[in-house]
Amino acid sequence: MEPAKAVEQRGVLGDALVHLGAEFPQLVVLSPDVSLSTKAIKFKEAFPERFICSGIAEQNTIGMAAGMSTMGLIPVVAGYAMFVGGKAWEPIRNSIAYSHFNVKIVATHSGINVGSDGVTHQSIEDIALMRVIPGMVVLAPTDANQVEPALRAALQINGPVYIRLERAGIPLMTNPGQPVRLGGSLQLREGQDITIFAVGGMVHQALQSAEELATENIETRVVSLYSIKPIDTSAIIRAANETGAIVTAEDHNRYGGLGGAVAEVLALHAPCVMEQVAVQDTFAESGPAKDLYAKFHLTSADITAAARRAIQRRDAARKVN
Amino acid sequence: MITSLEDITLDLKATLVEHARHIRRHIIEMTSAAGSGHPGPSFSPTEILSALYFSEMRYRPDEPDWLERDRFILSKGHGAPVLYGALHEAGFFNREVLLSLRKPGSLLQGHPHVKAPGVDATTGSLGIGLSQAVGQALGAKVAGLPNRVYAVVGDGECDEGQIWEAALAAPQFKLDNLAVFIDHNKYQYDGPVCEVMALAPLADKWRDFGWRVEEIDGHDYDQILGFLLRSRQCTGKPSLAVANTIKGFGVSFMAGTQEFHARSLNAEETARALEELKD
Repeated sequence: MEPAKAVEQRGVLGDALVHLGAEFPQLVVLSPDVSLSTKAIKFKEAFPERFICSGIAEQNTIGMAAGMSTMGLIPVVAGYAMFVGGKAWEPIRNSIAYSHFNVKIVATHSGINVGSDGVTHQSIEDIALMRVIPGMVVLAPTDANQVEPALRAALQINGPVYIRLERAGIPLMTNPGQPVRLGGSLQLREGQDITIFAVGGMVHQALQSAEELATENIETRVVSLYSIKPIDTSAIIRAANETGAIVTAEDHNRYGGLGGAVAEVLALHAPCVMEQVAVQDTFAESGPAKDLYAKFHLTSADITAAARRAIQRRDAARKVN
Repeated sequence: MITSLEDITLDLKATLVEHARHIRRHIIEMTSAAGSGHPGPSFSPTEILSALYFSEMRYRPDEPDWLERDRFILSKGHGAPVLYGALHEAGFFNREVLLSLRKPGSLLQGHPHVKAPGVDATTGSLGIGLSQAVGQALGAKVAGLPNRVYAVVGDGECDEGQIWEAALAAPQFKLDNLAVFIDHNKYQYDGPVCEVMALAPLADKWRDFGWRVEEIDGHDYDQILGFLLRSRQCTGKPSLAVANTIKGFGVSFMAGTQEFHARSLNAEETARALEELKD
């Protein structure tokens, strides 16, 4: 099988903003001096009067977006996850979320896949930071094809949304035009032996892992939980009941991220064996994304090992019972 | 709204003095009923809010979300009682709501939140209000709306870095629909501003950032209304008044002291203050 072509999510962000800008005349884009990198520059070229370069000032950018949203506009802030989500966290909470203002935040460069820029630019905390804010919707599109549908879903609701994009290219796994649904998920492979829940580029690692597991006659269900909040509770409960073993995989710290979100659902509704593939509560370093994934255990082999552990634990528990 | 300095008549000023006196009564009554709050920092910008709400701004108390209303943001959100007092005085909500301040179920949170009718921005975390004012002024321009935007920023609040991010942005976007007051009452929580984190020369700082700047007496209606008039006449840049004020101004034993920064008055003090502010 030909390997699918890897496409950067930010590579389609500019075009997505332009398409949606034509459809939503209230849409304005704010860029804290990173439009060349996020590709929001394309929106500036198409709609210069609706594009705001807000300087290297993420907190003020978020505050301005809050203010603009009260003038009948729908501001989209496009910046790096570490800075727009991290440095501006408190203004996001107090100026946008607490007022339930209609502002969308598109955070590029999340995770250690950011690579050689190093730890200061590698946001491994943003899922946790955003999902603890009351009322905040958190989406993590699976690949480049899901970027525009995710933005569209965000624009169709009145309230704050955080969309998490990765820096490194991700092989295309979804069909273009397939809608993204708040609280939805996307099952990319069916299986009854174990379920892997993943987000972003880790979904691709999960699919590779499923191939490896298939050689051991383990049939793996692979689901992209692209809607981290609200989360697809029924898909998680179903996985627990039907496969009895779960692995979560994310380019994020092990605390408070996708694994935490899935564990919260399991503990409440369907206690089940679970293993986590995530950054192990450490800072990474500079380097090519591929090398960092190997060093910090975010590869398909790591997922496969976690899957075996989960299955062993499940089967051992079944024997005891 | 005045259109020339000649419009600042004795009658207008007498009206504003009355509104300010009422607002101060509301501040005392609501913070004493709540048993907490910041009466001192609410008194220093009272004349500014009286001038804004009863001469300068266009709004509809029965239609608080009217898109083209002028906007006011109390960036120093701990002064919430002066905002609530002005909004009550302007007819946005009744006395029952006013006296529910800080109580469960109230529209009036300890620091301003947009769910209260007439509150145009959620503030309380210092530094976040001015950015929202800049965004509203910029949003009005992008949307082609006629709104003017006003804000009161605390002097101590100018320690916050976000204030200076916003200070850079407003002139960049030529926001001549924005007028800001620094409530320069010279005190912050831990002590005098000049000792905690010196701001002088404060007016020069803002001037250097590209604002049209005046230094005014923040309790003098001729100077407040004159500043607002000139702000409307100025094109191409935002305006800012360093308004010299006195914390606790308007009640003899509250004026110039840090005592009532973050505590309400006891029963005896409440009675004395209301006596001084009586009709």
